[in-house]
Amino acid sequence: MTNLEKYNEAFSKSLLVTEEQLTTLNYQSVAGWDSVGHMSLITTLEETFDIMMDMDDIVDFSSYSKGIEILKKYGIKF
Amino acid sequence: MASSSELLKNQIVLITGCNRGIGKAILETFARNGAIVYASSRKEGIMDELAKEFSKKYSTTIIPLCFDVTDVNAIKQAFTMINKEHKRLDCLVNNAGIMQDALIGMATETNIQNTFNVNVFAVINLIQYATKLMKKQNSGSIINVSSIVGTYGNPGQIVYSASKGAVISLTKTAAKELASYNIRVNAITPGMIDTDMFRSIGEPRISERILKIGMGRLGTPEEVANTALFLASDMSAYVTGQIIGVDGSAII
Repeated sequence: MTNLEKYNEAFSKSLLVTEEQLTTLNYQSVAGWDSVGHMSLITTLEETFDIMMDMDDIVDFSSYSKGIEILKKYGIKF
Repeated sequence: MASSSELLKNQIVLITGCNRGIGKAILETFARNGAIVYASSRKEGIMDELAKEFSKKYSTTIIPLCFDVTDVNAIKQAFTMINKEHKRLDCLVNNAGIMQDALIGMATETNIQNTFNVNVFAVINLIQYATKLMKKQNSGSIINVSSIVGTYGNPGQIVYSASKGAVISLTKTAAKELASYNIRVNAITPGMIDTDMFRSIGEPRISERILKIGMGRLGTPEEVANTALFLASDMSAYVTGQIIGVDGSAII
């Protein structure tokens, strides 16, 4: 599984969204991505990629595309 | 009471500020009960001998950690290390704290900032990182060491009492927010405990203070540690959001 596939799967599992919704997804744009969903997504991503994100990055993680940008800082290649 | 059991057998624990006093007693009590402890202190090398001694004495593993609890990057490194080595954290004891007494009108900006940095902001950050590990395993116990003055206040301690009051309120909030992850959060509010820090106020004042303790004596660090042991173990599996006084019925 590629990192992008793992990333997408984390979104689908944590926020209960379809693959078609992913690329335009923003924080609070769907019911599942509320603050609780956000923490669940972060936990899943940290587990998937074996990283520990900084609090500032967790707060800045405001969209699907922004998340990719942030994960690159932790050495995750897309 | 110094009997040993296996209440914390192979549990992974992080204790801050455990080079002396209450922290040291909690470290020894947890080691005696089989916990694998990451024992932190601010000064480099200060925990090394103690870690070796307790590891050998109690046939467990004590890992000395040196970091300043106000350094967020250092906190992150500590948790990254625990995650790499054990992939879990069963208990966090937020014990590190500072006390600088000041009457109203004499509390400096530096005193206020330092006290809140160590006693409150660091505790919030440590909880945030600890819960990253605990949420994954869907279990955990967080024990915050507050103070009797956080509940009742005390003349000359406007800054310290405010910081320990904050620890009580953040404990209650964290308990509510983390209950669904089976993570318990409780606080201990020690009264007058026989530590070097308390002894530093001098014998005449100690005698005067003892008169205000219902049980007529100071508490021991081990008595606080035993309460921490209860809160860390499954003996308190249904206890969360509680503020437990260990004060021998002291009045302040």
